[in-house]
Amino acid sequence: MAITQHRLIFKHIDAPGYTRDIACYRKHGGYEMLKKGLGMGGAAIREEVKKSQLRGRGGAGFPTGTKWGFIDPSKVTKPIYLICNADESEPGTFKDRQIIYKDPHQLIEGMILSCFANGVKLAYLYIRCEFTEGWRILETALAEAKAAGFLGKDILKSGYDLEIHVHRGAGAYICGEETGLIESLEGKRAYPRIKPPYFPAVLGLYMCPTIVNNVETLCNVRHIVEMGGDAYAKIGRPNNTGTRLLCVSGDVVRPGYYEFPCGAVTLGQLIYDVCGGIRNGRKLKAVIPGGSSAKVLRAGETYKMKAKDIHGNTVDREVRLEDLPMDFDSLAAAGSMAGSGGVIVMDDTRDMVECLANISAFYAHESCGQCTPCREGVLWLKKILARIAEGHGKEDDPALLRDVADRIAGRTICAFGEAAAWPVQSFIGKFKEEFQIRIRRNGTAAKTDTVSLTH
Amino acid sequence: MNPWNHDVAKDENDLVDVQVDGVWTRMPRGLNVVEVAQRAKKFIPHYCYHPKLSVVGNCRMCLFEMGTPKMGPDRKPVLGQDGKPEIAWMPRPQIGCATNITPGMGIKTDSPLVKDCRNGVMEFLLINHPLDCTICDQAGECKLQEYSVEYGTGESRFIENKVKKPKNVDLGARIVLDDERCILCSRCVRFSSEVMKDDVLGFVNRGSHSTLTAYPGKSFDNAYSLNTVDICPVGALTSKDFRFQMRVWFLKETKSICTSCGTGCNVTIGSREGKVHRLTPRENEAVNSLWMCDFGRLNFHFLESKDRLHRPLLRAAGEQFPGTWADAIQRSADGLKKVKPEDIAVVASGRLTLEELFVLKRLVTELGVTRVDTVLNLGQADNFLRSGDGNPNRRGTELLGLSSGGRKLGSWGAEIESGKIKALLVTGGEDVVAAGISAASLAKLELLIVSGISVHETTRMAHVVLPGAAFAEKTGSMVNVYGRLQRMTRAVPPPGEAREEWTILRDLRIALTGGNSLHSVEDVWKSMAAEVSQFSGLSWAKIGDLGIQIESVSQPAESVTG
Repeated sequence: MAITQHRLIFKHIDAPGYTRDIACYRKHGGYEMLKKGLGMGGAAIREEVKKSQLRGRGGAGFPTGTKWGFIDPSKVTKPIYLICNADESEPGTFKDRQIIYKDPHQLIEGMILSCFANGVKLAYLYIRCEFTEGWRILETALAEAKAAGFLGKDILKSGYDLEIHVHRGAGAYICGEETGLIESLEGKRAYPRIKPPYFPAVLGLYMCPTIVNNVETLCNVRHIVEMGGDAYAKIGRPNNTGTRLLCVSGDVVRPGYYEFPCGAVTLGQLIYDVCGGIRNGRKLKAVIPGGSSAKVLRAGETYKMKAKDIHGNTVDREVRLEDLPMDFDSLAAAGSMAGSGGVIVMDDTRDMVECLANISAFYAHESCGQCTPCREGVLWLKKILARIAEGHGKEDDPALLRDVADRIAGRTICAFGEAAAWPVQSFIGKFKEEFQIRIRRNGTAAKTDTVSLTH
Repeated sequence: MNPWNHDVAKDENDLVDVQVDGVWTRMPRGLNVVEVAQRAKKFIPHYCYHPKLSVVGNCRMCLFEMGTPKMGPDRKPVLGQDGKPEIAWMPRPQIGCATNITPGMGIKTDSPLVKDCRNGVMEFLLINHPLDCTICDQAGECKLQEYSVEYGTGESRFIENKVKKPKNVDLGARIVLDDERCILCSRCVRFSSEVMKDDVLGFVNRGSHSTLTAYPGKSFDNAYSLNTVDICPVGALTSKDFRFQMRVWFLKETKSICTSCGTGCNVTIGSREGKVHRLTPRENEAVNSLWMCDFGRLNFHFLESKDRLHRPLLRAAGEQFPGTWADAIQRSADGLKKVKPEDIAVVASGRLTLEELFVLKRLVTELGVTRVDTVLNLGQADNFLRSGDGNPNRRGTELLGLSSGGRKLGSWGAEIESGKIKALLVTGGEDVVAAGISAASLAKLELLIVSGISVHETTRMAHVVLPGAAFAEKTGSMVNVYGRLQRMTRAVPPPGEAREEWTILRDLRIALTGGNSLHSVEDVWKSMAAEVSQFSGLSWAKIGDLGIQIESVSQPAESVTG
């Protein structure tokens, strides 16, 4: 069964003849929403975004309207900043990259609208340093927008001024954490700030109220202005509105990026129909549904969920992995998360010890080192896993891994602690026997070509 | 002086109800949970938090369980049977340092979750720590050791290779860094940038490889750098002066004041078996908070100098020979008796204690000597703690009427030359040659008596040298440049036969005038308190460890520098 995508953000991306220059964007209706938005007024745009029930696309799924609502531009005396988080770094995630590389003006239009809505006069676009070409593309696009009068002084004679600066990161995953990003933007080490008191809405960039939104989120604002919040909210499911960009990687026939209304496809449809099933005729073993920090789901699992029957009563329902709708609430109910939309599929040839050792090596490398549990604990996890993978595991190691992970999650300054702990908790919880088998086989058939003990 | 004072409530009378470990109590609004727990006689351990520095919340040792009042459908707190709000506890632990109390807040400092959090942090902090307590100077006053005993497990589950980091790093003129011991709390970084405005320390590398360092090409040697050794909770920063010298648990701790300038920073003298090993700042918000300058801190090695005067010296046939105290006092008294009072000049040192100055005052009064003055000792004011006045007790000399601010002394050289001054008594180890009276002039004196600490030009010219005690060797009191009366306490005995100067002056007075009612230094204080209005009604007990303000001097009197 072929499932058709609902392309809103990706509408023109990869379309034949569509180029990223401003002329092409305008030919396809580009910057018309900016005109509309400027006419609506900021408060009206904020109201539409609230009505749209848009949830942040960076990973946490926080309602955008609520985030904006923390700041009242009419009462704030300090400057208000908006930052576009284009530090897309979560392993398995490559959606923002498509927007930046192939349709940058859509992002810029969404950004200008969001800035206008929130009384922002100066905005930053924080892009990961690895997107070298993306940085050049954005600089070009911003220059084009400015030349066309969409940026700078008195935009479209509305009296509204806005400057957007692109800032490149220097290669750290933690810069995607919004307060780490703010520190980095201020020229400091990207140490995430403690919250409280440093909530970006109150004490953000340069201690001023600051909104940090993901690339995809800001693009959505353009479409909300176009169709209105209520109409937008009809896409997807209640509380999971709009479309979602999904990045599928791993052992599927057609890995890639797709766009569907939130929850319109199930995990099974995504893997078997959209992506053509598991490669080489193998079987599904596990899926990480929302970027490498999301908890792994095991093939064959079922999940207890609340659902409404035809009479409107809430009933418990058992849902198979394949039937999980790809939306925020369903994946959360399954004990994982929709996260950044990075779906990593693993077939039955995959060694879970190797997979987890690989994931943990990433987090050990990326821990910023500011707070104790993450700094010390994550490298410890990596070392234990590397040792098991190299054939020197000990009987107590799975329990120790679990314990160390439990003592990181929930006790750190930022969510990196969870990001590093969740894979360990879920892999050990769901594939414990694989770890035990590997440990019992120690020395005999253990692989040595994976994660090095050295660091 | 401190960019932050988290331990100081904005208003001690603006109280809110909070529940600490099940007990409701009232605490000043806005204090953080670490401080509130302390006031409630509970203790929340912490490494990175410091009441005088910004809050960073990185060590995670102060995690506690937090609750807020449970709200009813009417949006009002639900009250329990005791009439107090019922508390809804949060599942995630919070950090005490960054959480300010709010009305009805619940705080658990020793729940199973809190204990597990601390146990976890302790385990994490120790896995890559070298565990070299046996050779570490911090041992005995190390928070890693102390909390390990209190909150740790006693054994490690860590069998991997430890992270290797730089050791024996020369961080600056006075400090050595061991990066493997460092727990990255950033107290030193914050002290340097926030208190000293010397942004020279920082971290490089990431994760468990994070490393404290000075910026490339920079050195950590500001004038207050050694304070970071005090606030370093572990043995990462050690003082080049103190390291490997003495186990801290052997040190006798004596509360005193620093006498290297007019500020009089409160200090603790660490000594053992008659030898001073270190000075550390002692908290006094009215004077120095928790800090002191490196110069004052290290300015005690002269106590052990080979130039110290150990025995009285008497001049005979052009040379100085050791003599007994009896001979030295007698010779001084006999000499002074031969000179008319108007031909005598006395240097009343601003380095003497009030008690010593008072005995001196009696002596000069009874003798009828009017030519009395102090030597100005200029310090290097640094707009922080160091005063431009190098005399620790200049105010004392003024209060007792023993100083003209150096005006008189300026003409004494000429007056000696013209024969108007025939005898000179120098106290407090002052070097009048350095103060402008030439050795040639001194040679013209009929009598030069010098009570002092170390050998210098003036003592070499003396007919009688009376060896006195330095600051750590004597008990007494002083008034700092801000008009604060403070006590100092003897930590070690003076070397050899040297004596506290008040006893020298007392004996000289007995030999000269016969009068004596001063048997102890405390007697001196009592007599002085009865006579000098500024000290009226004050006792040593009233002065206490932190001193007492006897006059209000908002600006340090910089007249000495101008």
